[in-house]
Amino acid sequence: MLNSGISILFEGINLQRLLLGLLVTLRVASIAVVISIVVGIIIGVIRTSKNKLVQLPFRIYLELFRIIPILVWLFVIYYIVPANFDINLSSEVVALIVFSLWGTAEMSDIVRGAIISLPKHQVESSKALGLSPVQMYRYVLIPQATKRSIPPMINLITRMIKTTALLTMIGVIEVIKVGQQIIEVNNLEYPSASFWIYGIIFLMYFCICFPLSRFSRKLERKWAT
Amino acid sequence: MTFDWQYMIDVLPHYKTALWLTLKLAFIGIVFAILVGLICSIIQYFKIKALSNIVQVYLEIARNTPLLIQLFFLYYGLPKVGITLSGEVCGIIGLTFLGGSYMAEVFRSGMEAVAKSQVETGKAIGLSNLQLMRYVIIPQAFSYSVPGFSANCIFLLKETSVFSGIAILELTNTTKNLMGIFYKTNEALFMLVVGYLIILLPLTIFLTWLERRVRHAEFGN
Repeated sequence: MLNSGISILFEGINLQRLLLGLLVTLRVASIAVVISIVVGIIIGVIRTSKNKLVQLPFRIYLELFRIIPILVWLFVIYYIVPANFDINLSSEVVALIVFSLWGTAEMSDIVRGAIISLPKHQVESSKALGLSPVQMYRYVLIPQATKRSIPPMINLITRMIKTTALLTMIGVIEVIKVGQQIIEVNNLEYPSASFWIYGIIFLMYFCICFPLSRFSRKLERKWAT
Repeated sequence: MTFDWQYMIDVLPHYKTALWLTLKLAFIGIVFAILVGLICSIIQYFKIKALSNIVQVYLEIARNTPLLIQLFFLYYGLPKVGITLSGEVCGIIGLTFLGGSYMAEVFRSGMEAVAKSQVETGKAIGLSNLQLMRYVIIPQAFSYSVPGFSANCIFLLKETSVFSGIAILELTNTTKNLMGIFYKTNEALFMLVVGYLIILLPLTIFLTWLERRVRHAEFGN
C-alpha cells in the first residue's frame, strides 16, 4: 500500500498544484518580510531614543506580539475587523497585515539591539568629529549595526516562513490547504495519501528553511571576530 | 463593538477547562523538551561520534519545519502506516520534538560559554567527566542559558495554540468551536486573548526575575 501511495504525487497535476500553493506561502512571507525590514529599521532607530515616552508605546507594541500567539492575532484580525468596522478583508490580506506587524515588531528589536550593543565610543567619536545625527547613523552606526543584525534577521525570516503554515487555519489556499484538498479528493483511491502529502510538504518547508538557517549561522561565524 | 457579558460568564467554565489543558500539555511538553535538549546538548558538547551526527540531523529537521506540519504528519499521516496516536499524545510528541531542538541549542551555547579555565581546573583536580558535568559545567551553564531558556518556554507555550489544528480542545480550538456554535465572535476572541495573557504575563514577569536572580553563578569571564 505504501509503495502505491507515493504515486499520488505524480498523478495529474498534483505536484504542480502543491508547488503553486507553496508559491502563495512564499508570496505572503516575502511581502511581509520586505515590509518588516523597511519599517522595522525605521522603528528600530527611533527606539534607540532615550525618551521614555517614545520607548513605551513601541515596547507595548512589541510585547503584545511576543505574548499573544500569532494564530490568535490571525483570528482576531480575521474575525473582528470585518465584523465591526465594515471592511472586507480577504484572508491573504489579513495574513499580510498580521505578519507585517509581527515582523516589524521583532525586526525593530533586532535593529535596536544591534545599535545599542555598539561600543559607546563610536557615538562619542562621531559627535567629536562634528557629525550631525543623520550623518552619524548613516556613516557610523547603521553600517556597523547591519553586520550584527543580519544573522538574527535571517533567523526571523525563517521563523516567518515556518509560521506561514498557520495561514491554512484562516482559509488561505496555500500549500497545506492544497495538500488537504488533494488528500480528500484521493481518499478512496489512495488511503495513504495523507502520509505522503504531509511528508512532502514537511520536506518542502525543510528545503526552504534549512539553507537560510545554514547561511545565517555561516555569517554569524564569519563576522564573530 | 459591544460585549455580551452574561454570555462570557456562561462560557467561562469552557475556558477554564481549556486553560488547564493548555497549561498541562505545555508543561509536559516543556519538561520532555528540557530532557531531550539536555541529552542532545551533552552529546554535542562531548562530540560523541556517531550520536553527535544523529543529533545534528534531528536539530536541523526540527528547527526548520513548522510545528503544524509536524503535527499533521503525526496525527493524519502516521495512522496510514499503522501508528495511531491520540491528539494529545501527538501534541506532546510534537512539542517535545520541536522544543527539544530549541532547548538543545540554548543549553549547548550555555555550556560553551563556561570559561575554559573552569573546565581545565576541573580536569586538573581529577574530576571524572560526569563529575565535571555535574559540579562545574551544568551549574554555570544553567545561568548562561536562562535568558534563552525562558524565551523558549514562552515560545513553546504559545506554540500550543497550533494544537487547534489537530482537534485538541485547548484555548484556541475552544474559541473556534464556541464561535461556530454561538456566533459571539467578539466575546470569544476577547476571552481567548485574556486567557493567554493570564498564563503568559505572570510567566514573563517570573522569568525576567529569574534571569536577574541567577546571574550570580557566572564566574571566570
